[in-house]
Amino acid sequence: MQAQLQRLQEWAERRLPALTRHRRLEELPIQLNRRRIYIVPTGFGAAFTVLLLVMMVGSLNYSNNAALLLTCLLGASTAMSMLIAFRTLNGLCVRSVRAGHATAGQPIDVIFDFQASRLRQAVRLDIADGSIAFDVNGRTDVRASIPTEHRGWLTLPRFRIWTTWPMGLFRAWTWSRPNLAVLVWPRAEVSGPPPTLLDADSRQQRLHRGEDLASLRDYRSGDSMRHVAWKASARHETLLVKDYEQPEARQEWRLDWRHLRGLDNESRIARLARWLGEAQIQGRPCSLWLPSEFIELGSGPTHYARCMSALALLP
Amino acid sequence: MMGIGQASQLRRVQEHVSNRTFDLMCVATAFVLAVHANHLPWWLSVALVLSLALRWWQRRERPGRVPGWLKVPMLLILVAVVVLDYGNIFGREPGSALAAGLLVLKLTESESPRDARVAAAFACFLLMAALLFGQSLTATAVVALGLLPAMTTWRSLEPTQIPTKLSRQLLPALVLLVASLPVTLTAFVLVPRLSSPLWGTSNSREARTGLSDQMSPSDFTELLTDDSPAMRVTFDGAPPPNDQRYFRAYVMWDYDGRDWKRADVPTAVSLPVQTTSSVEYRVSLEPTHQRALPMLDLPLQAPSQSHMRVDGEVFTDKPVDEVQDYTARSALHYRLQTELDPDTRTRALELPSGFDPRTHALAAELRQRFGHDDASIIAAVLRRFHDDGFSYTLLPAPLGRDAVDDFLFNTREGFCEHYASSFTVLMRAAGIPARVVTGYQGGFWNTLGQYLLVRNADAHAWSEVWLAGRGWVRVDPTAAVRPQRINLGAARAAAGQLPWYESGLLESVRNQWDIVNRIWDQSVIGFDALRQRGLLTPFGIRDVDTGTLERLLAVSIALFGIVGLSWALWRRSEGDPALAAMRALERKLAQAGIARGRSEGPRNYLRRAIRALPGQRVELDQLMRCYIELRYATVEPSPESLRAFRQAVRNFQPHRVV
Repeated sequence: MQAQLQRLQEWAERRLPALTRHRRLEELPIQLNRRRIYIVPTGFGAAFTVLLLVMMVGSLNYSNNAALLLTCLLGASTAMSMLIAFRTLNGLCVRSVRAGHATAGQPIDVIFDFQASRLRQAVRLDIADGSIAFDVNGRTDVRASIPTEHRGWLTLPRFRIWTTWPMGLFRAWTWSRPNLAVLVWPRAEVSGPPPTLLDADSRQQRLHRGEDLASLRDYRSGDSMRHVAWKASARHETLLVKDYEQPEARQEWRLDWRHLRGLDNESRIARLARWLGEAQIQGRPCSLWLPSEFIELGSGPTHYARCMSALALLP
Repeated sequence: MMGIGQASQLRRVQEHVSNRTFDLMCVATAFVLAVHANHLPWWLSVALVLSLALRWWQRRERPGRVPGWLKVPMLLILVAVVVLDYGNIFGREPGSALAAGLLVLKLTESESPRDARVAAAFACFLLMAALLFGQSLTATAVVALGLLPAMTTWRSLEPTQIPTKLSRQLLPALVLLVASLPVTLTAFVLVPRLSSPLWGTSNSREARTGLSDQMSPSDFTELLTDDSPAMRVTFDGAPPPNDQRYFRAYVMWDYDGRDWKRADVPTAVSLPVQTTSSVEYRVSLEPTHQRALPMLDLPLQAPSQSHMRVDGEVFTDKPVDEVQDYTARSALHYRLQTELDPDTRTRALELPSGFDPRTHALAAELRQRFGHDDASIIAAVLRRFHDDGFSYTLLPAPLGRDAVDDFLFNTREGFCEHYASSFTVLMRAAGIPARVVTGYQGGFWNTLGQYLLVRNADAHAWSEVWLAGRGWVRVDPTAAVRPQRINLGAARAAAGQLPWYESGLLESVRNQWDIVNRIWDQSVIGFDALRQRGLLTPFGIRDVDTGTLERLLAVSIALFGIVGLSWALWRRSEGDPALAAMRALERKLAQAGIARGRSEGPRNYLRRAIRALPGQRVELDQLMRCYIELRYATVEPSPESLRAFRQAVRNFQPHRVV
């Protein structure tokens, strides 16, 4: 039933473009106005209208003026609630849409910046099979998440702002499709070899001596054999590594597209993404050479984001 | 200015009914049970209230639906008790009992928003249905109040995060209802009324207390303690004194030893009556579901759509199922039917044989003592009532087979019915033509509203005897026993049995409250097809037909639609007020020929304006500095400086120097 309705809606939108004027892309900010707010009774609203008609015919038939008066009262309130539903959306403004970062396959957070001059209650936002309810008072950020599949630019799917406020009798809605794309980073490969170090300089790899041993941890690929705690490892099934206080400086990684031979493009991107992630976790400076651009040595979230974005945008 | 809102918490659309919503549903259901309590069997009301309370408690303690194994038997029991008590499940009373039960059962499974919506809508329907049992002002107000929790239930299902207290939550629904009043009243006045019902309406009228066309001993007991209004009367001129406020409804001719019945006497255009003066009055009769119209003694002419019988009864063509207004003319002093035809005489003397031997003996004795002096016989009987230990009570001892004998010689206590009945029997036994008349006597004169309120408790029975040369004469034997009955009313006369609320201040408050009820009855309940047709009389249109009404309704709804839409579309000017004021200034300058260029900054533009209007250099310079200050110097300009700037713009008038 639901699926059929959806198919019907899709067909209608294809065949009757007038119904869905707002399929085309539009620029932010978007202020909702009467030309684009549609309003129809909900299923419950329609049923309640029938009930009102029954009550009205009944009270007319029995010449019951008290019941007729109250039926008129309910009917008038129902009509008023339609106006209130409209007013909830009218003048509502989507000022901007910001996107967070996400790798392909993970949902990406999109933040809608709503603005309204007065309180709007129970506004809902349907985007990509998700639905969020919120109130708008002044400026309000609304966070929605959109599933992602591929790296690269993801055009923000068409979304619907709607409400059934105040009594669920009428649904006011508007479609919107801002001209906006969010960047999805490539997915990192699950496991693989560490990067080959071009100029393995042991001095740079040396840890900051004189500090106390902080802890023992599991061996990770890339750990120096010198740091393996052999005695402790003998008592365990796995190799343990002496983890000293923060190393003074990690050896920098110079990641290069050209060194990854024998792999197709997507695998290269996935591997580079994993290395960038590890470098970010370890606080290791890294540089990235890509066919499209070269990113100098650097570290920190901004650097990471820049590298990942460059990866995401590779053809 | 608006504050920068923090990121709102994510909130999924609720799938379950919150406790608040459920509470509201319970309140709405409680209202339904309250308005239906009057006609539901008391044990059903108690059971339903208990079920509701249990369900509420269960949901508090252990949220979730009531299991099916409990629900199905409850449903079966409900249907069974309704069928057992009423005989079927159709009709007004059984239908509403069943529906009230179903609503309570619906709450046992209401866990989704859809269920809650349906339950609240059903509650609305049941609230309306309660008005079929009585549409008094109080009932209507309670029903309207009951709509609040139902509407708030729907509202509480909407996903808003603003938490409110229960009482605060009810407020918006109230505001909505009040705001809907203008549309409501217009629609109410203009919706065309049906001149005849679409389907049967007269079935299963409840057995109301009220006067009926026969009289049995102690029939009136219920009536005389019923304080609800029976009718309201306004007089052209001064109201008649209390002891002449006799409203006759039925005339009883036939006595079978126990009950008095009215007889089918012929109709008459006018009565054989001699009178010198008459009084005009208007009656607003509450529904009796009978056809008799009470008339001030003695009616001279039947109102329209009714006819009169020769004994002074007036009947309408169809039962009084709604408040009925009629105008009538009556004589207070009269001689009625001075010549009695033999048939009527026989009928007025007829008594069942084999009843009341002692009464017959007493009558014979009186006749023997006074000879042909009928008046003296009457006086003697009245004196007997007054002196021989007769008392007035609303709770008399039951009477045996020879009811009149029992009353006259044994119990000697009773109320108007007993006195009128035994007096008439005694008269007939003595050979004086006599009959029983029932109706209302007395009433409360409402000075504020200038009308006479007659309650059901004012029901009364008296006798009429026929005397040669004087015709039918009213004799009220109850007055002989307890004159207060005539002056104070039945319940007061039965002193000592007064409920506490009957006396003093409270009673006068209740009488004043009746004015409100009267206005309600007249303006709302009594607004029928006839009144609707006369709606436009002040505007010169005498008869409004259905088509005109429909057009009027459409036009007014369109007008309200325009008002509503402009309210909905009206938007407070959003954005920068300083900018808006600047736009106004630009318009003024553009009229003087200085239009702002597309890429012209405010400073450049105003400088150009100063050059063009050198005479207003100071003003323009001031405006420019003000604007730059407002727009660029501060994040949040103070309201005072804004107001000053706007005022300056308003005062500015460009004077073009040529």
